[in-house]
Amino acid sequence: MYFLKRALFLIPLLLVITFMAFALVRLAPGGPFDNERKPASPEIERNLKAKYHLDEPVWKQYLRYLGDLSHGDLGPSLKYRNHTVNDIIRQGLPVSLTLGLLAFLIAQGIGIPLGFITAVGRGRWPDYAGSFFAILAICIPGFVVGPLLIMFFSIRWQIFPPAQWETPWHAILPSFALGLFFAGRISRLMREGMTQALQEGFIVTARAKGMSETRVLVRHAFRIAVLPVVSYSGPLLADLLTGSFVVENIFNIPGIGVFMVNSSLNRDYTMVVGLVLLYATLLLVMNLLVDISYGLLDARVKYE
Amino acid sequence: MDALGNDRTPTRSNLMRFCLLSTIFLLAVSLLGCGKKEPRADIVIINGAEPQSLDPAIITGQPDGRAAGALFEGLTRLNPKTATAEPAIAERWDVSTNGKLYTFHLRKNAKWSTGAPITSEDFIYSWRRVVDPLTASEYAGQLFFVQNAEAISMGKIKDLSQLGVRAIDTHTLRVELNAPCPFFLDLCAFRTLSIVPRAAIEKHGDRWLLTPPVPTSGPYALESWRIRDKIRIRKNPYYWDAANVQNEIIDLLPIDQQTTALSLYTTGQVDIIWDKGLVPNELLDVLRNRPDMHTFDYLGTEFIRYNVTKKPFDDPRVRKALALAIDKQRLVDKITKGGEKTASSYTPPGTAHYLPPAGLGHDPSLAKKLLAEAGFPNGKGFPNFIYLTSNTKTSVQLAVEIQEMWQRELGIHCEIAQKEWKVYLTDQSELNYDVSRSGWVGDYNDPNTFLDMFMSNNGNNRTGWKNPRYDQLMRDANQITDLNRRAELLRDAETLLVHDDLPIIPLFFRTGVNFFDPAKFEGIYFNLLDEHPLWPIRRKR
Repeated sequence: MYFLKRALFLIPLLLVITFMAFALVRLAPGGPFDNERKPASPEIERNLKAKYHLDEPVWKQYLRYLGDLSHGDLGPSLKYRNHTVNDIIRQGLPVSLTLGLLAFLIAQGIGIPLGFITAVGRGRWPDYAGSFFAILAICIPGFVVGPLLIMFFSIRWQIFPPAQWETPWHAILPSFALGLFFAGRISRLMREGMTQALQEGFIVTARAKGMSETRVLVRHAFRIAVLPVVSYSGPLLADLLTGSFVVENIFNIPGIGVFMVNSSLNRDYTMVVGLVLLYATLLLVMNLLVDISYGLLDARVKYE
Repeated sequence: MDALGNDRTPTRSNLMRFCLLSTIFLLAVSLLGCGKKEPRADIVIINGAEPQSLDPAIITGQPDGRAAGALFEGLTRLNPKTATAEPAIAERWDVSTNGKLYTFHLRKNAKWSTGAPITSEDFIYSWRRVVDPLTASEYAGQLFFVQNAEAISMGKIKDLSQLGVRAIDTHTLRVELNAPCPFFLDLCAFRTLSIVPRAAIEKHGDRWLLTPPVPTSGPYALESWRIRDKIRIRKNPYYWDAANVQNEIIDLLPIDQQTTALSLYTTGQVDIIWDKGLVPNELLDVLRNRPDMHTFDYLGTEFIRYNVTKKPFDDPRVRKALALAIDKQRLVDKITKGGEKTASSYTPPGTAHYLPPAGLGHDPSLAKKLLAEAGFPNGKGFPNFIYLTSNTKTSVQLAVEIQEMWQRELGIHCEIAQKEWKVYLTDQSELNYDVSRSGWVGDYNDPNTFLDMFMSNNGNNRTGWKNPRYDQLMRDANQITDLNRRAELLRDAETLLVHDDLPIIPLFFRTGVNFFDPAKFEGIYFNLLDEHPLWPIRRKR
């Protein structure tokens, strides 16, 4: 019941978000059809605007947009004039989803064990080595990691292709370039959570009861320690699934991440609103899922 | 204790199962997602930014034009070596003595990629579509030399059939011009005037290029177009000159990142890069001596616009002083590094039917004198002003260098306003600047493509400069058939632009850069229009 209510509440929230995006992008100076060369006559410019209804008042444009949206049509792209926003999302989203999920798996796959190990071995060399790696991953941004990976793995050792999106081989470098930073973040969160969990009363009780150390760590401490990682993972997944501007650019990956930035630079109004809507939906749904998984992981959390 | 551990085992095993299933699902998706590998194309080319469109009537950018030019053709096409017009769908033509009436004879064997014959009706439809205001073709101006085209485009004539192009029979086309136009045959090779398939467009609307099969009129057919991924084209077996098309499949990759382009090229994943913008200037010194780097001149000018409606730039002496203070040689040696030639005229040397006039050079002492005459000795009293530029790296580097030159030579100071592209364009159009970085690339090989934009009411003028004498000279020049007399009039006009009145400062002429290994590929030539048709390119055996 609680989740149904929350799910219903998403609809007005999304409407508000689309309206904000719709209005704000139109406030930016310049329009989708301002190019280095002016069209041959002002009439052409006028017709261009009329064709996409940009000559109407904003409220009317918005109502028209909602009408189209109600049967799933996000409108034509104003920049890529042979494509609709649906075309572009249909082509790019699966790619971004794949890349995002791979990066997510890498982030969790490296981050959680690393955080676990550094917390358990606190103050000894596994902690120092692991924490050094984690901090390094956090400090080096994607636009440095990407080219470095290309330089070594593609150009020098010729193991992986440097760019494009064709075979599974092509996915490896970009997934790491995207995932490493988050692996570092998750490892820090995990280490923090684990350290705290190990000081909890029930751990002391479990140890006092004579439970084996592995069982204490894995069964009891881990489940509480992983909670901060879970709440971080929801928005992270939404973020990763909608693509990354930097990584998609460096590796020339045909996802939607690049459009997130370029569409606003191009003043591609319909594209901006379509992508904001997509991102907001994913983000809200992921947060809802995080809340659900809290109930499953932590016995102290109950939803009415 | 129980509440914290053992009794929750079912939930945990559900969780485990969920994790396991989703991992398998993810792996399956990722393998599926990247599993489809196509055979490698004969030639893979990095083509620059993702095209806005491949519709000849809609496109404006160069990468768009290169892709669309492989798919659609017009009456003439550009010779790959010289970039001058040669017969294409029209096999020959007659021109009336007054230069205003062209009769084109179409090839009987010209066909669409679907096998259907190409007739004069295809040209009539395609050209009317360009000037139809409803198409909103930004390059419709390329047809304004044809009778009534401008009036139709302006909405003054509603009847499209008034356009000065008529079918004599299925394979003969008559075109009536407003005035003699020495470059009309070159224009006929321009993308905007290519023919497009009526039935497909009327059936599918704006998405006609995404709905296969797309009937094409040029050397290639469109095999697939995935946005920001690749455009794959395949030889059109029905093309009238298919026998001379030297390759079967070409991939055009939409890449605008310099490092990505270079790493793909270095690792042999792509064969050709053709855009100077795709190579970092910093590397040009290192790359210059490699046999696979090719530089050449083309019709492009880098210049500075003045807003002549603002004080003190309304005074030609001030405009000249700032121009004379710039050491253009230093700009090309230190920043652009592509072997660019400095510019004193606006029209590049080599432009057909023309010899550009000499403009101003580099003379700091004369610059100081002129500035003093204008009332600002040693820059005293000169207001701080705005140098508007886009935020691309090279433009900003040029701005900083020029700012320093003005400060040093003239004692005047400008603020550099780096604006995001659309804001920069808007500010320039609305004359919301003092001086501004600008560039222009010729559409066809004639001085008109450079000079007509500075007529008083041209939307590309953007300086506020209005000179009735300039307008008159341009109009007169474009009314006469005598090419020498025309060149004189155009030169007089350009003299006003770059010597007497100076609403702009020409800086340098652009250089094109192509990367390909000449031991492996042939059939790519360098010409003033930076045009490299795809059909003659061949991988050497």
